[in-house]
Amino acid sequence: MNSRTPDKAGVKLGMWLFLYTEIMLFGGLFILYAVYYSKYTGVFIEAGKSLDITIGALNTVILLVSSFTVASAITAVQKKAQRSAITLVGISMVFGVLFLVNKYFEWGHKFEAGIYPGSPDLSDAEAGKSLFFGLYYLITGLHGIHIIIGLILLSISLYFITTKRIHATRFAVLENSGLYWHLVDLIWVFIFPLFYLIL
Amino acid sequence: MTDVQSYLETPSSPNLKGIRAWLLTTDHKRIGILYMISILFWFCIAVTLGLLLRTELMAEGKTLMGSETYNAVFTLHGVIMVFLFIIPGIPAIFGNFLLPIQIGSDDVFFPRLNLLSWYLYIFGGILAVVSLFSGGPPDTGWTFYVPFSIQTESGVTFTVLAAFILGMSSMLTGINFITTIHRLRIKTMGWMQMPLFTWSLYATAWVQLLATPILSITLLLIVAERIFGIGLFDPGRGGDPILYQHLFWMYSHPAVYIMILPAMGVVSEIMPVFSRKAIFGYKAIVSSTLAIAIAGSLVWAHHMFTSGMSDTAVFVFSLLTFVVAIPSAIKVFSWVSTMYKGSILMTPPLFFALCFIYLFSVGGLTGLVLGAAGTNIHVHDTHFVVGHFHFVMFGGAGFAFFAALHFWWPKMFGRMYNFRNAYRAAILITIGFILHYIPMLILGLQGMPRRYYNYLPRFEAGNFFAGIGGFIMVTGIMLMLVNLVQGLRKGAPAVGNPWGGTTLEWSVPSPPPLHNFVDQPSVKSYPYDFTDIIQQQAGSKQV
Repeated sequence: MNSRTPDKAGVKLGMWLFLYTEIMLFGGLFILYAVYYSKYTGVFIEAGKSLDITIGALNTVILLVSSFTVASAITAVQKKAQRSAITLVGISMVFGVLFLVNKYFEWGHKFEAGIYPGSPDLSDAEAGKSLFFGLYYLITGLHGIHIIIGLILLSISLYFITTKRIHATRFAVLENSGLYWHLVDLIWVFIFPLFYLIL
Repeated sequence: MTDVQSYLETPSSPNLKGIRAWLLTTDHKRIGILYMISILFWFCIAVTLGLLLRTELMAEGKTLMGSETYNAVFTLHGVIMVFLFIIPGIPAIFGNFLLPIQIGSDDVFFPRLNLLSWYLYIFGGILAVVSLFSGGPPDTGWTFYVPFSIQTESGVTFTVLAAFILGMSSMLTGINFITTIHRLRIKTMGWMQMPLFTWSLYATAWVQLLATPILSITLLLIVAERIFGIGLFDPGRGGDPILYQHLFWMYSHPAVYIMILPAMGVVSEIMPVFSRKAIFGYKAIVSSTLAIAIAGSLVWAHHMFTSGMSDTAVFVFSLLTFVVAIPSAIKVFSWVSTMYKGSILMTPPLFFALCFIYLFSVGGLTGLVLGAAGTNIHVHDTHFVVGHFHFVMFGGAGFAFFAALHFWWPKMFGRMYNFRNAYRAAILITIGFILHYIPMLILGLQGMPRRYYNYLPRFEAGNFFAGIGGFIMVTGIMLMLVNLVQGLRKGAPAVGNPWGGTTLEWSVPSPPPLHNFVDQPSVKSYPYDFTDIIQQQAGSKQV
């Protein structure tokens, strides 16, 4: 095993396969969304209008920019610019946290309005409304968990960059964390229109 | 070759000693053995539970346990057999041990991830045990159908989480195998020179990746429903319980192929070796393996013909179900044709493989009865279904697992076992099997529902015979396991190639050394070319 030279393409292949399973994981939820949307189109549209497009759009921008900074960090590492790599990963993580803070306030508002899974308001509402908000909390919640995992991965990469275990010739950990971050971003790109825009 | 230290004597890292050399190992062979011990442990438990069930059913009314215990026992039997035995069985034990050797590599691509998969497996098993003591054992059946799984007060949450963790373990193994086959295959081995067992693991791994995440999310939804009560599957709030069944079977039907494809791979290895003849239709077997993997992912709703679907959907899913039968039949014909005009050498592995072909064919044909929309209505949710899937899962995957145990046991441990006892065990298991499950098929056609605690008096004879068969079968399984374990101590030392196999694992010593190969492996242009083997044997006879 020690004699084996590190195979970067293989490591990336494994990561891509893993990302694929993540897409399938969310795919199951999107199927539920599709079925219930076609069944309760009117209710879904009405409920969707109560979501705050501004916060949603802001979060989309935040994630897209953070994806850009992660990608730049990988290039920076390859160019041996350790300081800027640290800064860029740091910025991405700050953006990730910002996203979660926004999400916290967004959820908080809904909770105050009596809209949360199992709340009396939702239980008495017309058929379909609790499904919409149930899916909303499930999908954005699961996505939020993925953001947290992504943040953990990025902080591990950050630690490795500072301790020089990630450098210009060995950056698979950073690259794979970056791929994961892009995936989380990509999933959000689907969530955003489904819940905020098309309704 | 004989004075090479085996993997059993060399830890994967020199500073690991004693038990740590096993629990922290990254050697794919040791991880395979770890899996073997833990999987056989669960197998024995699930067999015991199954026997308890059948003993309870041998006579009308209460004999051993109450109806609630009965529900819990059949749930546990199903959950353990499916998630802790059959799904990981062949890939995690034999796949781990043999896949890298068959493609001329020294390990899997992610050795540490491999160990993590084993720990996830163990953790999943522990969670399943925990579920017994948190609100009572689960009583939903292994399918966790809503709304009961959401409303029941038993410890379903933990059982479901256990299945989730086990799914993750199997998914990571799948990722590992695909990457290994793509990146670590020895340069001289092309795709069409890969052994068929490796091919079957490759197809299996893709199905694992394709399907397992859907199960994961479905199981998480059950947990979410139990905790938050969202109502996604609750008709009272606009949800649709049928949608749960769709999501569940979208994984769980492909999972059937996760179970059977590696089994088919095992048989495809065994048949040519003991017929001393190239496998009939190598390319046909490879393409039928892939065809099963693809078509098998598109037939899930044939479990739901009576649940309420449009006639068009029933028609399409029924048709696709029949389509899957074609590649399966191609394999059966190829195995049988391999034996035609071969020089057949009867051994315990071949005996098990032959039983496999027979029992699997019965399982496949009864599957067509179920796949046809009309007859399905008649036998849906009866004992016919129980009989059918035990023929496929146990008569198929289980017998292939036993065949693999007998085929690769000498390779794994460097010891032979007693043939006579192995035959005795195999005959007992097969006779017991037939006596056990044929009555179930008949009972089902007569209308006895599955999962019921009690039955009408006219079903008593069939259930009684099924119980007798169960006891014969379990006796056989015990004899088989004892015989194998005794072989470890008393068995004659096995040579590198005791059966005359041609794939790479037979070119290394038994048991293999830590890095698998002593000399650079030489790949044949065709993996099942027996010319050398036959010549060697002819030569040794003349001397």
